[in-house]
Amino acid sequence: MAKEQLMSYEDAIERFEVVIGLEVHVELNTVSKMFCGCANNFGSEPNTNVCPTCLGLPGSLPAVNRKAVESSIAIGLALDCQIASNGRFARKNYFYPDLAKNFQTSQFDEPIAFEGEISIELETGEVFMVPIERAHMEEDAGKLTHVGGATGRIQGAEYSLVDYNRAGVPLVEIVTKPIYGALDKAPELAATYVRAIRDIVKSMNVSDAKMERGNVRCDANVSLREKGAEKLGTRTETKNVNSLKSIENTVRYEIQRQAFILAAGGKIIQETRHWHEDRGHTSAGRPKSDADDYRYFPEPDLVPVQPSKEWIEEIRLTLTEKPSIRRKRLQEAWGFADLEFRDVLNSDLLDEIEATVSAGASPQSARKWWTGELARLANLQEVAVQDLPITPEQVASIQKLIDSGDLTDRIARDVVAGVLAGEGEPAEVIESRGLKIVTDEGALIAAIDKALASQPDVMEKIRDGKLQAAGAVIGAVMQEMRGQADAARVRELILERAK
Amino acid sequence: MSEITPDLVRHLASLARILVTDQEVEQLAGELGIIVDSVATVTKAVSGDVAATSHPIPMANVYREDVILPSLSQLQALSSAPDSAEGRFKVNAILDED
Amino acid sequence: MTEITSSSAAVLAGLISSKEASSVEITTAFLDRLEKLNPKTNSYLYFNRENSLAQAKRADQQLAEGKTVSPLHGVPIAVKDNLTTTDAPTTAGSKILEGWVPQYDATVVRKLREASMPILGKTNLDEFAMGSSTEFSAYGPSKNPWDLTRIPGGSGGGSSSAIAGHLAPLAIGSDTGGSIRFPAAMTGSVGAKPTYGAVSRYGLIALASSLDQIGPVTNSVMDAALLQDVIGGHDPNDSTSLPNSLGSMVQSVKEADVKGLRVGVVKQLSSDGFQPGVKACFDDTIKKLAAAGAEIIEVDCPSFEYAVAAYYLILPAEASSNLAKFDSVRFGLRVTPDGNPTIENVMAATREQGFGPEVKRRIILGTYALSSGYYDAYYGSAQKVRTLIQQDLAKAFTQADVLLTPTAPTTAFKIGEKVNDPLAMYLNDIATIPANLAGIPGISVPNGLASEDGLPSGVQILAPAMQDGRMYRVASIVEKLYVDQWGASLIARVPDLEAL
Repeated sequence: MAKEQLMSYEDAIERFEVVIGLEVHVELNTVSKMFCGCANNFGSEPNTNVCPTCLGLPGSLPAVNRKAVESSIAIGLALDCQIASNGRFARKNYFYPDLAKNFQTSQFDEPIAFEGEISIELETGEVFMVPIERAHMEEDAGKLTHVGGATGRIQGAEYSLVDYNRAGVPLVEIVTKPIYGALDKAPELAATYVRAIRDIVKSMNVSDAKMERGNVRCDANVSLREKGAEKLGTRTETKNVNSLKSIENTVRYEIQRQAFILAAGGKIIQETRHWHEDRGHTSAGRPKSDADDYRYFPEPDLVPVQPSKEWIEEIRLTLTEKPSIRRKRLQEAWGFADLEFRDVLNSDLLDEIEATVSAGASPQSARKWWTGELARLANLQEVAVQDLPITPEQVASIQKLIDSGDLTDRIARDVVAGVLAGEGEPAEVIESRGLKIVTDEGALIAAIDKALASQPDVMEKIRDGKLQAAGAVIGAVMQEMRGQADAARVRELILERAK
Repeated sequence: MSEITPDLVRHLASLARILVTDQEVEQLAGELGIIVDSVATVTKAVSGDVAATSHPIPMANVYREDVILPSLSQLQALSSAPDSAEGRFKVNAILDED
Repeated sequence: MTEITSSSAAVLAGLISSKEASSVEITTAFLDRLEKLNPKTNSYLYFNRENSLAQAKRADQQLAEGKTVSPLHGVPIAVKDNLTTTDAPTTAGSKILEGWVPQYDATVVRKLREASMPILGKTNLDEFAMGSSTEFSAYGPSKNPWDLTRIPGGSGGGSSSAIAGHLAPLAIGSDTGGSIRFPAAMTGSVGAKPTYGAVSRYGLIALASSLDQIGPVTNSVMDAALLQDVIGGHDPNDSTSLPNSLGSMVQSVKEADVKGLRVGVVKQLSSDGFQPGVKACFDDTIKKLAAAGAEIIEVDCPSFEYAVAAYYLILPAEASSNLAKFDSVRFGLRVTPDGNPTIENVMAATREQGFGPEVKRRIILGTYALSSGYYDAYYGSAQKVRTLIQQDLAKAFTQADVLLTPTAPTTAFKIGEKVNDPLAMYLNDIATIPANLAGIPGISVPNGLASEDGLPSGVQILAPAMQDGRMYRVASIVEKLYVDQWGASLIARVPDLEAL
């Protein structure tokens, strides 16, 4: 498809006001599915986590998972929403082969949570309050595989295969109200908002929150209106934008695309669009039409959800600290500079550093290990630093040995390498690799004497005040000690000897 | 007079994914028109302040615990499928949405 | 007709427990009869002698080991073909499900098996239970044993004709707007729709989820009570299943006593629009009850006037959604048009060919009732009518303990008579629909033969929600008044099928 014409971003922002709206789907990490007892499990053999209910077999009926309701209420509370005293499920009717019953059990006009807000801090420190319209419960659809055709995509496929393992996995859809006033920051705000939602559901442990697995998915609505205009412009909805970077790019692209059309006197078509990360643009999908008449009606096979005040308060007590508040608290407690802290956030290492600190390491040393040596090693092995086979406790214990003078930084790196190589706990690695600093002064002095014997002029030079001459002896001693000596102490001993 | 036009029938049939011939459309428009005229009396029966009843016996808060129950085997799941391949249900290509 | 096949289930259960007859003998007697006579009545869509006898054998084995697992242990039963069974195809009377063998048993079927009741076969019905004559079955209509040119009622005409023709001692039906009670009235049988939620709907191929309820079709009130005690009770697989037991229906039948009973006659369902002979039977029932000491009160339910209209919006709306799953992907028929069709084309062609005309009519009507711009006027108003009906009933039940109406406006009509007039067909359920809209229990008990055609008439007894016991108690009173008069149940007068 030919790439559409775009207005420059600066011109678009100059001329138009951007209004965005975001719908984020969060897959809950319950043990079983939303309406049946099949495992909510990623990566199983196709069609093995299925039963009459999630396959939509005739006669089957749904039964609501209590934990899924609890998690949905918790998400609502975390977003400062009101919790419905009478929430109801509704059927959203449309035909699609991944939808076993050809209706999705969702919520319509009585969602479990509504009217919330979340504060989002941009990189500049600017804070936006994003208003939340609602958070509602629904079920995921199955997974389609398109076979034949060039790219495994839906276009040109010969046939499709359906796996219903994901059908009926619980979802919470969080819908914002229209977000005004973000101006040129709209793309960044969109991505930061989705990241904030992801962080919240992850810290609450109600979702695995892995965007690459589709645990958190975003539909981005974008519309433009002439500055000063009252009426909202026609919006487009870009579906399933599944990385933070793509969200930012999608919003930016839509602003530029719509601006070009509007400036040329054209009309925006209300339609769903698709983002192509590889090609860096969105493309038109199906225009909104009468076919989007979903004929919602109350799900007659389920009864209302009327959470008691007591239940809601019980759930509220289990809420973890909000990620934004936690971040502020930790930065303050650790005394990290903004730049240092941003590094930590960007590499998603807050949990690891916090655990390392609470295992006894200083915040700065913990930060250096994780964002420095460990990040470097992870990078070499092409894995996420969080996935390295070393625990925060192990890192902290190694750091303690440095602090006590039992290891040098360099030896400590060997210990880390040993742990990563699966040689056991740090103490075991030190033992088996023989990595302790040699603190036996007799052995050091013997080594110094041996080195001095082969370089007899060194002592003279030192006595003449040329202290740098000691360097050659230190090098020889360290070599003799296979690096396991404290170079500073060796230097001290040489200088003493020269007196 | 009924509002059920042949075009409306065609639209409803497409929402309901039922293929209809022109002849069926005409016939259905006539039959449904009579039925709709008759059932439309409900609009006269109620005023705004009557609550809607969607469940005949009022109940609320019926949940199952979050535990795994036995699933079907893949073989059982696919046993009544008109067509399958690679452990999945096989269907004709889907209308190109892009 | 052998003695076994004309006996009530209660009598058969007695023969089994006293070892005078085995389950195998009884099951064999019914299989012999149905294999011979089903071609005349088309009551059964499926039966399998070996399978039924294997179940009977197991029941006998348990008895030999001294185990009696239910009051109906060993008594065979027919099951309406919209309940899933793992050992028999389940079609719901539709071409779209032809040959489907479900991967699971309906809860009610599981309970029958747990009660050691051999299943004789699957009975005919209007496609997806949409109809009141079985003429909309894709597998041909069932015939009324009282007159084979007439309908046995619907949708459960397979079950009602099996009972009246003595092709089964017991049958399971489902009732969305009268599909148990109307056929019972047409055939002189007893048919009960319990309170919504009293019997699990899990495994019942849904027509209208908020109206559907499973219940017994039998020869007598006691048989119905025995069967409801077996199939009722809470089921976690059905979220609308009542949490608490309604008690023993058999016990209620045994407590039947007319003293102090207040019988309400619904003004809106006691005069206009009923066949004179049916009206006469109804008046006779009321007269008998009064003579026996019941207090007769006229109650006013003005909202009943809108019940049929509300029903024919709610039912199609829910059905249009419930029947969306029939799409050729996971089970059932697949019709692939010529050329290079997309799955959308395949689905549309499958549903065109797989569904019959009445099903299509109702799906499209329901799609309309739910569609944007019409929802409030149609579906929304219909749900409000439901509230009005509940309010009228709540008031009526403060004046009377039970309400009585004729079950049906007419006796059994001729096959073909109404099949091309949907609206006339819909009016058959005028007296039975309010119970479904309100979720209350209702039962049809035979109350004579209409004078003009000599065909059975039924009286309907309605009780408040959860008061199924009261409904059975009064049904038993009414039944006894007639058995006392006739010296036998009405069904004993059914013509000899073998001679027809």
